Amino acid sequence: MRRLLGSQHGGLAVLVLVVVLMPFAFPNNFYFDVAINVGIAAIVCIGLNLLIGYAGQISLGHAGFFGIGAYASAILTTTHGWPPLLALLAGIAISGSLAFVVARPILALKGHYLAMATLGLGIIISIVLSQEVELTGGPDGMPVDPLTLFGFEISGPWTWYWLVGGTLILVTWLALNLVDSPIGRALQAVHGSEIAARVCGVDTTAYKVLVFVLSAVIASLAGSLFAHFSGWLTPDEADFLRSIQFVTMVVLGGMASTFGAIVGAALLTALPQFLTVFQNYEHVMLGLVMVLTMIFMPRGLVPTLALRLRGERR
Amino acid sequence: MAEFLQFLFSGLTVGAIYALIALGFSLIYNASHLINFAQGEFVMIGGMATVFLAAAGIELPLAALLAVLLAVAVAIAIERLGIAPAKGASVVGLIIVTIGASILIRGLAGIVWDRNFHSLPAISGEEPLVVMGATLLPQSLWIFGVTGLTALLLWFFFAKTLWGKAMMAAAYNPLAAQLVGIDTRRVVLVSFALAGALGALAGVLITPLAPTHFQVGVMLGLKGFAAAIVGGLGSGLGAIVGGLVIGIAEAMAAGYLASAYKDAVAFVIILLFLVLWPSGLFGLRGIERV
Repeated sequence: MRRLLGSQHGGLAVLVLVVVLMPFAFPNNFYFDVAINVGIAAIVCIGLNLLIGYAGQISLGHAGFFGIGAYASAILTTTHGWPPLLALLAGIAISGSLAFVVARPILALKGHYLAMATLGLGIIISIVLSQEVELTGGPDGMPVDPLTLFGFEISGPWTWYWLVGGTLILVTWLALNLVDSPIGRALQAVHGSEIAARVCGVDTTAYKVLVFVLSAVIASLAGSLFAHFSGWLTPDEADFLRSIQFVTMVVLGGMASTFGAIVGAALLTALPQFLTVFQNYEHVMLGLVMVLTMIFMPRGLVPTLALRLRGERR
Repeated sequence: MAEFLQFLFSGLTVGAIYALIALGFSLIYNASHLINFAQGEFVMIGGMATVFLAAAGIELPLAALLAVLLAVAVAIAIERLGIAPAKGASVVGLIIVTIGASILIRGLAGIVWDRNFHSLPAISGEEPLVVMGATLLPQSLWIFGVTGLTALLLWFFFAKTLWGKAMMAAAYNPLAAQLVGIDTRRVVLVSFALAGALGALAGVLITPLAPTHFQVGVMLGLKGFAAAIVGGLGSGLGAIVGGLVIGIAEAMAAGYLASAYKDAVAFVIILLFLVLWPSGLFGLRGIERV
């Protein structure tokens, strides 16, 4: 078991096992609902973690890309009758090109300035989404057609579960391979010391742009899935608080840990669903989690636990 | 002309409020090279606490003073309980601590107080003055006056008093400041307290014009931050000019372009500044802080 958890691909095997076996223990549809939302958030967080955890660049605006994907799918399928897959790809193209265009000037900034720039970008996107009432239905939201893939309509908890679960595994596999590749090592060099990386001949800007675009595209994909799954879309999904939630999931689970991102997404998505008694306290809890994690577990849950486990075994 | 003047007045009024908030950002940034994303919550506390203390029967001026003191206490608590224990965390980590603190404060405000909009009576009535065909509320004059006075006091504090000079020294070079006996930890604490007071003051002043709400701090805080960057992070004069620039741009855009996109103006300006002129109008130091 330890060897399994130790190697990255062992971790992937565990993830597949969990995804495959978990639904058989679900007592009702509510659990499916929560699990699907966890999966969608986890997909975003895996992409965001590549940016924050591996490349060391913060983004406080990724809900913007999530929103672009979601609204591209919603508007193109529901209003214009496009096939969902094409709409999803269009969302990816829009998010990807927007990310590509802004990446160079924005990623030249560091620290607080980068945080402010990404935050501004995300807020502008969410303001556009809530003000273009004719296009998006404004703050009240808009309905979204069901997802059809190759003439087959995705509906019902099981089908959605397998679709989101499958996508999650695919994205995880992609992220793990990326991290293990020369690109991943270059990114970690950027995180360690950008100047040193540049001295070693790493084209740091190109790598930062690449990972920024990739994380935006992944967020857009998740947004498209979310739009079809929920069937109703509001600009809240793209707002500042949502961006913060994504970042918190990554940090809580553990920066630079792909499985940490999944764990973080699972905890922060599922807990509020099951602790509805504390509904009024949701913000209080989110805030506390953020502050306490940074004070007591700055590395995040999964890396901290992994270190502790390894320490005890020795 | 009257129309332009009208927009200018409203721009200057909100601009002065952004300036007070931006001053708080710059104070904390100077003392600890940290952006306090909870700055907007001080504004919310200033407004909400005054409203609820006044509702409990306390005289308005005293209620406002207590609200400012509450914000100062909260600011000190953020520094002592959040920032200080997380010393050594990365920039990302500290950003998360302050954002977490702001969400926590907002959540508590929603529970302890309520989730409705509240207003306060204007300090000297609602009878508007007419200036060349445009109307100017007396409250706006109060806002200009208080912001101007605060700016003067801060300038005096930093330029003429030993304490202020010690804080400037700590901002320029913390290690050297420590070597000459300046308690840099206390400098950070004082800057948080001052920032809390400035934010709450802004909240007290703006509530008669724009109703307060437990979530009002998010946008006000972010726009204050935008103002601080436009003016040049860490520059006091910059914070004030930046605040006025953002306020006027917002009012003009709302008046002449599209009022729906009023809130986006600050963020468009901030993106342009960050890309083209990241050190801001009055920022001297480079932005690359590794």
